[in-house]
Amino acid sequence: MLRNALKSALLGAGVAGLLLAAGGASAKTKVEEPRNGHFSFEGPFGKFDQAALQRGYKVYAEVCSSCHAMNLLFYRNLGQPGGPFFDPKHPNPNDSPYAKAISADIKVPDIDPDTGDTIQRPATPADHFRAPFPNEAAARATNGGAYPPDLSVIAKAREGGANYIFSLLSGYAPPPKGLTVPAGKYYNPYFPGDLGSFWTGPKDQVPKGGFISMPFQLTPGRVTFDDGTKSTTEQQAHDVATFLAWASEPKQEERKQTGLAVMIYLFIFTGLAYGSYRRIWRNVAH
Amino acid sequence: MSGHSNYEPKTGIERWLDARLPIIRMAYDSAIDYPTPKNLNYWWTFGGILAVCLVVQIVTGVVLAMHYVPNSDLAFNSVESIMRDVNYGWMLRYIHANGASMFFLAVYVHMARGLYYGSYKAPREVLWLLGCVIYLLMMATAFMGYVLPWGQMSYYGAVVITNLFSALDNVIPGVGTAVTTWLWGGFAVDNATLNRFFSLHYLLPFMIAGVVGLHIWALHVPGNNNPTGVSVKSKADTVPFHPYYTVKDGFAILAFMILFAWFVFFEPNALAHAENYVPANPLQTPAHIVPEWYFLPFYAMLRSVPNKLFGVIAMFGAIALLFVVPWLDTSKVRSMRYRPAARIFFAIFVVSVLVLGWCGGKEPDDVVIAIGRDAAGDPTGLSVTVFSRFFVLYYYGYFLLVLPILGLREKVLPVPDTISTPVLSHGGSALPTGATAEASKKG
Ligand code: HEC
Ligand code: HEM
Repeated sequence: MLRNALKSALLGAGVAGLLLAAGGASAKTKVEEPRNGHFSFEGPFGKFDQAALQRGYKVYAEVCSSCHAMNLLFYRNLGQPGGPFFDPKHPNPNDSPYAKAISADIKVPDIDPDTGDTIQRPATPADHFRAPFPNEAAARATNGGAYPPDLSVIAKAREGGANYIFSLLSGYAPPPKGLTVPAGKYYNPYFPGDLGSFWTGPKDQVPKGGFISMPFQLTPGRVTFDDGTKSTTEQQAHDVATFLAWASEPKQEERKQTGLAVMIYLFIFTGLAYGSYRRIWRNVAH
Repeated sequence: MSGHSNYEPKTGIERWLDARLPIIRMAYDSAIDYPTPKNLNYWWTFGGILAVCLVVQIVTGVVLAMHYVPNSDLAFNSVESIMRDVNYGWMLRYIHANGASMFFLAVYVHMARGLYYGSYKAPREVLWLLGCVIYLLMMATAFMGYVLPWGQMSYYGAVVITNLFSALDNVIPGVGTAVTTWLWGGFAVDNATLNRFFSLHYLLPFMIAGVVGLHIWALHVPGNNNPTGVSVKSKADTVPFHPYYTVKDGFAILAFMILFAWFVFFEPNALAHAENYVPANPLQTPAHIVPEWYFLPFYAMLRSVPNKLFGVIAMFGAIALLFVVPWLDTSKVRSMRYRPAARIFFAIFVVSVLVLGWCGGKEPDDVVIAIGRDAAGDPTGLSVTVFSRFFVLYYYGYFLLVLPILGLREKVLPVPDTISTPVLSHGGSALPTGATAEASKKG
């Protein structure tokens, strides 16, 4: 019967899987597995820690934003439901006093409507996050040829998501002896790369990781947190990873909450359907 | 849609319409009164599940298309803006993206059901062929849909697949290049390609819907196959579609929805590639180009052959084989329930396809079974490419050798005379008047 066929199929697949696992497939590039940040927003019931989001935004604004754009974000997003500065008293994010105050401190380029001159004016909640460079060439020129990627969806765009970002930013380590680090590059065990040709040690002990063009940023105390949280490297990396995870998908809390309601509804409905099925079929031998 | 109709118009309007366009009669005959074998198991619920998947894709797709911008500079951000700024846009997009996976999951179960129970055999060959056409159209639709968000995987997926046609250069020099240029609408995958893919991605699902109509028509002429493979002999073998199968399919559809919703709401990107959240960049080829999971077995076949042209032939041949299955299988017995040897070959076939899927997701040079270690300490031995060849051979062997030869030589178990016979021997009491049996209303 199909059930048996399926059983043997699954068994076969399982055995094949074991064989394969035992064989140990290996990719060319070796990289350290990201550390687990135990983020509060993980899992079906996960929620963002608003204080962490606010600290994370501060890290972005004071450190990362000098190199990385976040072009998909608007200042209003900071004040929207689920956002770092959401306040139920101001349900409309464009009226959020936080979004207004934060944006007002930032100057963005614009065209003067009367003269047509390019000007700098204070941003409003409706503006995109200001980009640090006018274009990619300028960004590369100031970063030794490397391009700091836009961080809007970075947590979705990297395998490992927030855990990877957290590990990368807090994982800079002194290069092992025998590894020659090229000028303008930094060794990071979590960054994918192939270090074989820069390694003079034993061939079977090539260090994991790669060379990244971004220098170590989050020295202890680099950002002073308003809520008194101690500003360690770990803490800053954790908070900015939280903020970037939120920014990659600002609606994810809403998504999970909707999902719970949908699941409850579907389970009840499915149960009722099963009951109807049993009752309708009970007089038919099949 | 065929045979005798039991529809009796009850009201004046129904009688009036029935004399002019008997559409209610058609619906009644094909969805209410339609006599259905009473022994269909849950594998038969996937047809209904597939119909729901198609409707879900079309409804979410049409709304997505209201906000999506098919332009190579704007497409990526427009999809993100759907997720951020459109009310419930995240839900629409996640339903649509995961809906494609669910659609393929269901279609693979549906096809495996057909292969196992011999649903492709006479008199259902046309039904099977139409199913194969639907599958082909689905693959084209999903491939072009995946290009639309214009991420790195979108872009390089399009590059790899369209480049397959350049293998034709090996047959007649120049033809392959001409065909790819024509497909691209230029000299590379670019804005023109994106635009035509969007146009076709919008069109094909409606063609699928049309072929689904034919598929159901071709189903209702011979009627359903069933787990015994024995044809319906009398009314005692059947029950009316409604309420018996509306409720059973309904239950299965809802159970399937739970799985679907779990992906949409809790793991919306689990079946996707992180790389596709990086905007397409023609100057930076990603380290690993991998198609969506539902194409992986075919991708493995493509890569298992060192020669490009023959790789392409191996891949398309695997799909083409499905079309001729009705004429490859020589067994007179439909259902493998009574074909013990066939059952084993079928199980190995399913495993082979799964293993090929696994191979498709690996790098070709990855080592499957390590024999030694090289200077850098990396394992050496049987590579994914070589490993996958065994399973490609089995895939072909199953269709080209097992199905034709086994049917002539195998020992089959006794096949019951009627659908009701095995049912009765299970100890149940069959209603004497199957098709007219009243659904239990009380209790
Ligand atoms: C001095 C400029 C600079 C600053 C400040 C900076 N970065 Fe970077 N960042 C870069 C550059 C350049 C790259 C590209 C590195 C490469 O490709 O080798 C990069 C890459 C990255 C990446 C992508 C790594 C990958 O997997 O490709 C992430 C994530 C990142 N930065 C996060 C941050 C965060 C978070 C901050 C703030 C704490 C920050 N960066 C501050 C210059 C900077
Ligand atoms: C057979 C049915 C269909 C299948 C299998 C299918 C499949 C897909 C897939 C795989 C994607 C990429 C999803 C992603 O990763 O983002 C996609 C995107 C898209 N599809 Fe479809 N689709 C179907 C029907 C339709 C229809 C009928 C329409 C429009 C009328 C449509 C409109 C779109 C649009 C606008 C996108 C881009 C937005 C996005 O990427 O989410 N689709 N489709």
